[in-house]
Amino acid sequence: MSDPAITIRNVSKRYRRYAHRRQFSTLKSALLTGSLTSALNPDEVFLAVSELSLAVPKGISLGVIGRNGSGKSTLLKLIAGITKPTTGTIKVAGRVSALIELGAGFHPEISGRENVFINGVMLGLSKREITRRFDEIVEFAELEEFIDAPVKTYSSGMYMRLGFAVAVNVNPDVLLVDEVLAVGDEGFSLKCLDKFSEFKRRGKTIVLVTHGLGMVEHFCDEAIWIDGGKLKSKGDPRRVVHSYTSDVQKREEHVLSSADQKLQAAVSGPTQSEPEHSADQSVMRESPPEDMFRAAQGRWGSGPVRIDRVVLERNGKVTHIFQSGDQLAIKLSVSTERPVKDFVFGISIFNPDGICCYGTNTDIEDFLPLEMIGEGQVVFVVENLDLVEGTYKIDVAAHTRQGVQYDYHRLLYTFRVKSGIKDTGIFRPRHRWTFSPNVRFA
Amino acid sequence: MLSNLRTLLRHRTLIQTLVVRDLKARYRGSILGFFWSFANPLLLLMVYTFVFSVVLPARFPGVDENYALFLFCGLLPWIWLSSSLTEAANSLLAGGNLIKKVLFPAEVLPIVAVAANMVHFFLALPILFLALLLFASSTPAFSELLWLPVVVLVQFVLTLGFALIFAAMTVHFRDIKDILANLLTLWFFATPILYPTALVSERGPSIANFPPLGKILIDLNPFTHLAISYQEILFYDGPYGHWKWLLLLAGVSVVLFIGAYGLFDRLRDTFAEEV
Repeated sequence: MSDPAITIRNVSKRYRRYAHRRQFSTLKSALLTGSLTSALNPDEVFLAVSELSLAVPKGISLGVIGRNGSGKSTLLKLIAGITKPTTGTIKVAGRVSALIELGAGFHPEISGRENVFINGVMLGLSKREITRRFDEIVEFAELEEFIDAPVKTYSSGMYMRLGFAVAVNVNPDVLLVDEVLAVGDEGFSLKCLDKFSEFKRRGKTIVLVTHGLGMVEHFCDEAIWIDGGKLKSKGDPRRVVHSYTSDVQKREEHVLSSADQKLQAAVSGPTQSEPEHSADQSVMRESPPEDMFRAAQGRWGSGPVRIDRVVLERNGKVTHIFQSGDQLAIKLSVSTERPVKDFVFGISIFNPDGICCYGTNTDIEDFLPLEMIGEGQVVFVVENLDLVEGTYKIDVAAHTRQGVQYDYHRLLYTFRVKSGIKDTGIFRPRHRWTFSPNVRFA
Repeated sequence: MLSNLRTLLRHRTLIQTLVVRDLKARYRGSILGFFWSFANPLLLLMVYTFVFSVVLPARFPGVDENYALFLFCGLLPWIWLSSSLTEAANSLLAGGNLIKKVLFPAEVLPIVAVAANMVHFFLALPILFLALLLFASSTPAFSELLWLPVVVLVQFVLTLGFALIFAAMTVHFRDIKDILANLLTLWFFATPILYPTALVSERGPSIANFPPLGKILIDLNPFTHLAISYQEILFYDGPYGHWKWLLLLAGVSVVLFIGAYGLFDRLRDTFAEEV
């Protein structure tokens, strides 16, 4: 128990970056440049894993999280021995089985039965061992009826199930899992989890690379967060997952705001120059709003009132990410070229399916316009943004009470609602559950 | 190096399984199935017989009207070699999934290519023997036939050596696949398969005490000695006289194989990234 199952010491993995001109190195180019055996050019490499040290004690399950391309899978391949570290050492105690690609090496033309044997031999089982476990494998994969059909006739789920069933039956001491639970239906995923739990009970070591953060929190004893090939955080899964998600949110915020900025730069100023938009406008004036809602994003209108800037805030802080139930303030910076006496400001929120979650304007809510001069601000505050998780878009508009558009911004602003509860629908009414004493929950 | 060769022995179940898989998969879905392994060489023999007895009747000294049989003795082993090398060169790329995603001994793939083609060669041999019994002026003597396994073994080791080199190099230089196809054609014509050795070994200028250039070139070609061995054992009458060359080639083949394995081993760690 004292020796760790996996010891990683100062491991770096350098990959060649495929620059455009060296996409395929050819014999000719190698001969011409004399680089047949020459060392790698330093500006054409990047570190997938850099200076990473880690000890994984026996019998624990370690969750590995991180963004795409952060080096998680490379780390797994290094542990599995599929690739060798550029520098540093890796020691693994015992037999390793890597669930990196399920069913790699299945031959499509031959039957599932034969493929189980071949795959088993590839993974290091003897024929006798496979024969002994064959029924168990087939039963686990739920493929009793199809085991003698060629693998090419399998659905991708069946293919993966068979691959998984063979791989977990290798009976490894260290099991490496790379995001494979995404395959198969709910029932099969649960079965995989059961299998992992069984491994855990038997004191096997599991390394799990996954984007399923919930799974890391519930299943793993320890977690690491890898970013840019470096160990960013290590320890209690809940803590690691939390610091990871807050980092993800920061990045998301950045992505959303830059996307918004790009979009707004693309549609500059209320113009009628684009025929598409003016067509929309003419439709808009006479038709019911359903037609308008089909219009793509854009901006149109005839002035003189303009919406110059739209900012989303939570409690006075600019953001694009909200927790369900947060405060949302939509701040419009408006201006008019000349004083107007007829003006209405409107706002609509759309969910990803294009359904209007909520729409209102000052006219509907009986604000009677008197006069607007120069620049000003219009703020729309939702005290509790009770929407379910998802990405939402906003329309903002300034128009006359008859509906003549001054300035219409169609789906130009985006915000995301996050929620720990994965409820469905659009709106989350404030609610509570009550139960009589004989209906009990843990 | 030695420990690697030992692990190779450990992989023999894997190699055996994969060879069987290859053979099974090859004819899966065709109506005649495994029968094609016999039908293919039979049809080939018929085509060559037709071409060289009707279309362009070939007459070489000592070969006469049995030219198709003569040709066949060299052609079958050549097909083994050339398909092995073509398949082996592509084997690591085709098996990329295994190399990238599974801890898999890469050398198994080219070895399987050579072994699977050897099985095809074995399956074609009965057709050759049958043709020899039916059409040859004399059947090969038993004492000569004892040499046949040795020739096959030498060819196996030689082919393995080349297969490992081409497999490893093709991963880094995809051009080799195309070069190889043409190289094999050239090699085929440079080997006394279509013609008896005597035809070329006396050609070319001879300098001082050296034998003619044609003889030097043809002696340097390793497959010459295999082709001659097959021809002497199976086709020509009289005792097998080429055995000294065969033993020399055996030595060369072993050295080549060890060198090739060393090269393969050195490049091994690059496969997972380059495939």
